[in-house]
Amino acid sequence: MAPSNGLKRVDVIFGAYASTKYLILQKSIRREKQEIIQDIIDSGLRGRGGAGFPTGLKWKFAAAQPGNEKYVICNADEGEPGTFKDREILMKVPQKMISGMAICAYVIGATKAYIYLRGEYQFMVPDLQMELDNFHEQAREMNFDLTIELRMGSGAYVCGEETALIESMEGKRGEPRNKPPFPVVEGFHGKPTVVNNVETFVNANMICRIGVEEFIKLGTQDSRGSKLFSISGDTPKAGVHELELGMKLSDFVAEFGDDDTKAVQVGGAAGFCVPRKKFDSTIIGFEGMPTGGSMMLFNSSRSMYHVLHNYLEFFEEESCGQCTPCRVGCQQLLLGIEAIKRQERPASYLNQLLKLSETMKIASKCGLGQSVANSFSSIVENYVEEMIY
Amino acid sequence: MKKQKINITIDGIKLAVDEQCSILDAAKKVNIHIPTLCHHEDLCVAGNCRICVVEVEGQRALSASCATPVAEGMVIKTNTAKVRKARKDVAALLVAEHNTQCTTCYRSMNCELQEIAAEYNVDNNTYISLVDPNYTIDRSSWSIEKDDSKCIRCQRCVRTCAELQHVNALTVANKGKEMKISTFLDLPLNEVVCTNCGQCINRCPTGALTERRFYDDLWDAIDDPKKHVVMNTAPSVRVALGEMLGYPVGTRVTGKMVTAMKKIGMDSVLDTDFTADLTIIEEGTELLGRLKKILVEGNKEVKLPMLTSCSPGWIKFIEHMYPNHLGHLSTCKSPQQMFGALAKTYYAEKMGIDPADVVSVAIMPCAAKKFEANRPEMNSSGYQDVDAGLTTRELGYMIRQAGVDFLHLEDSDYDSLMGESTGAGAIFGATGGVMEAALRTVYEVVTGREVPFDNLRITPVRGTDGVKEASIKLENLLDEWKFLEGVEVKVAVAHGLKNARIIMDQVEAGTSPYHFIEVMACPGGCIGGGGQPIPTNEEIRKKRIEAIYAEDEGMPKRKSHENTEVQKLYKEWLGEVNGHKAHELLHTHYTKRNRY
Ligand SMILES: Cc1cc2nc3c(=O)[nH]c(=O)nc-3n(C[C@H](O)[C@H](O)[C@H](O)COP(=O)(O)O)c2cc1C
Ligand code: SF4
Ligand code: SF4
Ligand code: SF4
Ligand code: SF4
Ligand code: FES
Repeated sequence: MAPSNGLKRVDVIFGAYASTKYLILQKSIRREKQEIIQDIIDSGLRGRGGAGFPTGLKWKFAAAQPGNEKYVICNADEGEPGTFKDREILMKVPQKMISGMAICAYVIGATKAYIYLRGEYQFMVPDLQMELDNFHEQAREMNFDLTIELRMGSGAYVCGEETALIESMEGKRGEPRNKPPFPVVEGFHGKPTVVNNVETFVNANMICRIGVEEFIKLGTQDSRGSKLFSISGDTPKAGVHELELGMKLSDFVAEFGDDDTKAVQVGGAAGFCVPRKKFDSTIIGFEGMPTGGSMMLFNSSRSMYHVLHNYLEFFEEESCGQCTPCRVGCQQLLLGIEAIKRQERPASYLNQLLKLSETMKIASKCGLGQSVANSFSSIVENYVEEMIY
Repeated sequence: MKKQKINITIDGIKLAVDEQCSILDAAKKVNIHIPTLCHHEDLCVAGNCRICVVEVEGQRALSASCATPVAEGMVIKTNTAKVRKARKDVAALLVAEHNTQCTTCYRSMNCELQEIAAEYNVDNNTYISLVDPNYTIDRSSWSIEKDDSKCIRCQRCVRTCAELQHVNALTVANKGKEMKISTFLDLPLNEVVCTNCGQCINRCPTGALTERRFYDDLWDAIDDPKKHVVMNTAPSVRVALGEMLGYPVGTRVTGKMVTAMKKIGMDSVLDTDFTADLTIIEEGTELLGRLKKILVEGNKEVKLPMLTSCSPGWIKFIEHMYPNHLGHLSTCKSPQQMFGALAKTYYAEKMGIDPADVVSVAIMPCAAKKFEANRPEMNSSGYQDVDAGLTTRELGYMIRQAGVDFLHLEDSDYDSLMGESTGAGAIFGATGGVMEAALRTVYEVVTGREVPFDNLRITPVRGTDGVKEASIKLENLLDEWKFLEGVEVKVAVAHGLKNARIIMDQVEAGTSPYHFIEVMACPGGCIGGGGQPIPTNEEIRKKRIEAIYAEDEGMPKRKSHENTEVQKLYKEWLGEVNGHKAHELLHTHYTKRNRY
């Protein structure tokens, strides 16, 4: 097992630097594009939206695509249950995110960028627009050609999935596309597009500010940097906290638990449920259990059947419905645990459902259907008795 | 530039395929069968049913073979435990969602879901049934029946309606468990822009979309001794019906079909090709009349290009989408409707039958013909001109139900009156056929000579290109037509409503360079009609087209104006071409409709 770095609070994302003059951008657009890309690669930064794809590589692929019509999209759909960290960034330090987007646009060669904003964040639009107006003014002064536009999300969880997001931006139904081709090759309007999470852009901007060396001092070998955690559930310290990646879950629970923590759901509905007995052996980070930031704590008053039931209801409704394993599978998992609870199906039916969740994992079209098995199997396997009785 | 080849391995077989080739197509090349449901050759890739998954080495998840392009060095396995289990599970999930009624289903034995469920021997009880016991079937349309309880949400219909037809009558509504195939505002099909073309039916893998069936009504009429059932069969039925009855695609079964219908108990088996020839006479004359009015009389009211009007799906399309350009349509009824109008007048009179007892039935490759037969204006005989329009598929069912051993039938000829036809009538069934038939006649009328094409084959208007063009210079004309001397007649042919849109956008913009345009709603023309045997694809349509032209070349007469029964009709009964009586019985008018 990789060594953990204990629980370390940091304050770089919201802290210190937030310039209305976009000085980091000014500095960056005088640098070689390849040099910036190499920095992002060397920093080990991985996407903060959940999937954890290496950000530098994504930018490198997009930069290498031919043509001069390219796009940058900031994924601010933040739909994962229990996730509310992008919201803080958008409200407190939008300049850092915008600066990160602009640097990305510079290195890949895009002149148009979008912020795809969760529908519920409508209230932020005036402030964000004001900041964008400021940005456009600064950019003009720098002679830097980039327009950033706000787009409102449709309210569907699946529209946070990057290709569904693009479909929705094109005015179509928010259904995920087949991959490949990936957005870096064929994205918005069929052109190379980088889609990154809000926090990822902030981190990229940070790397350009403090340099790779400073950045990699945070976190571990496999999980560079710090991370915003959206902490909720049975905890006295609910809210957004910035922590270094790579800590042991037991350290996390010691800090945020209520002394009666029974389980932690890491990564929201799409993530995994870790039971108490595994707290000590679970590392929060890409080497162990990655998370888009959601940490939901449950104490012993919670019925894990109900927790799972809630997740499945969520998935059953939020599946876009296009592919068989996810559309029908989500309904079957939900009906299945209900039938077992009512003793209309034998307890052994759980095995059938576990197999089904495995099929969903390998045969679904997008990350939504593929990740239902995470919470399903981790809850069912660890709390069988709660499912049956 | 030489195309780059991609080297891959499928189930241990090494091969090189083109870039962008899907795993599914690559597997086909080495005869490896992968089941599919949402995939259809005519449509863009969806990748949503997930039945076609395969294993790609180095990847945790399976890949949908229809939606995954090959990559250099890819190692693919199509038959592993992981693949088989996933496919069986996907099939079981579809069955759980499906209102399985195979014993009574219209698509039984011709259903892709049934085939896959059988192949994987799916257990109906693996999962909990999701069928809503209160499901309803939309039977509002004369043509299309929509049963959502049998829908597997593959979206083939949606893609057909959008990509091939540019109609967008069907859309995906809702998400999650509520996701379904719906219409604008979830209105019933008869209240939306649906053209009744039936192309969605032909591409639906299950019994969720079918034509409204009327063959039981026809059995009743046959069994009623007082009724005189007059049947006419469209040109394209004879080259497709065989597919339902044990013959390979592209077999002409004209004689056997006639025999079978006589055995079934029709009182008279006649040929829609007869009224196809009649259409050419009326429509050709109408075209020449329009040209004369414009060129000689300077009449600005007359619209050119003139558009053909024999495809009822196309008619409903233009009524919805281009309601201000209905003046371009020929006023000629379709051959089906001309036939019906004559069956209850001319035919009844000549045969000495009370028209009230005549039941006129058309066997059509088409779903839209059902709607057309029920248009309120189609009653110029004093009765509903056509009592029922049945599809090729329905006829296939009737022949099976009657216990007729189709494979061993002798041939017989159509009955008379209205049973004679020419090769020109026969080619109405293929895209370009109406145009070719019209040119064969019109050119000869104005020049006194045959069209200058080898063996009457007007090849520029043949083939499966979406929009075809041709032009013929009119020279050395007969005295009566001297006003056309030197005119280069420009024509175009479009099939599939997507292509009709291209043509109509030009008309709308006032830039259409043509005099005369043939439009068929269905890809390939009637041989690809919404009532034809399922499946359909480019190869099948091409074989049926070949059969149509073979039918033409096998006919002793190949020009509509040579049809002696047609000549007799005018001489003895109808009077002048485009005359008063002809107008009353053979022409119609159109209705402006909304765009949504
Ligand atoms: C169902 C679903 C929902 C998602 N929602 C979000 C979201 O709200 N925000 C986000 O940044 N990424 C979301 N993602 C991940 C995106 O598809 C994509 O991977 C991410 O935006 C890439 O950015 P990153 O590399 O910076 O993380 C979602 C993925 C799935 C499958
Ligand atoms: S996995 Fe679910 S959300 Fe993703 S494409 Fe399939 S049905 Fe839609
Ligand atoms: S659609 Fe297919 S599977 Fe369904 S009832 Fe009909 S034949 Fe059976
Ligand atoms: S019949 Fe034709 S127009 Fe109507 S829904 Fe089907 S494909 Fe669309
Ligand atoms: S109606 Fe037929 S073609 Fe359309 S989605 Fe359902 S099963 Fe597929
Ligand atoms: S046939 Fe490939 S996903 Fe449906």
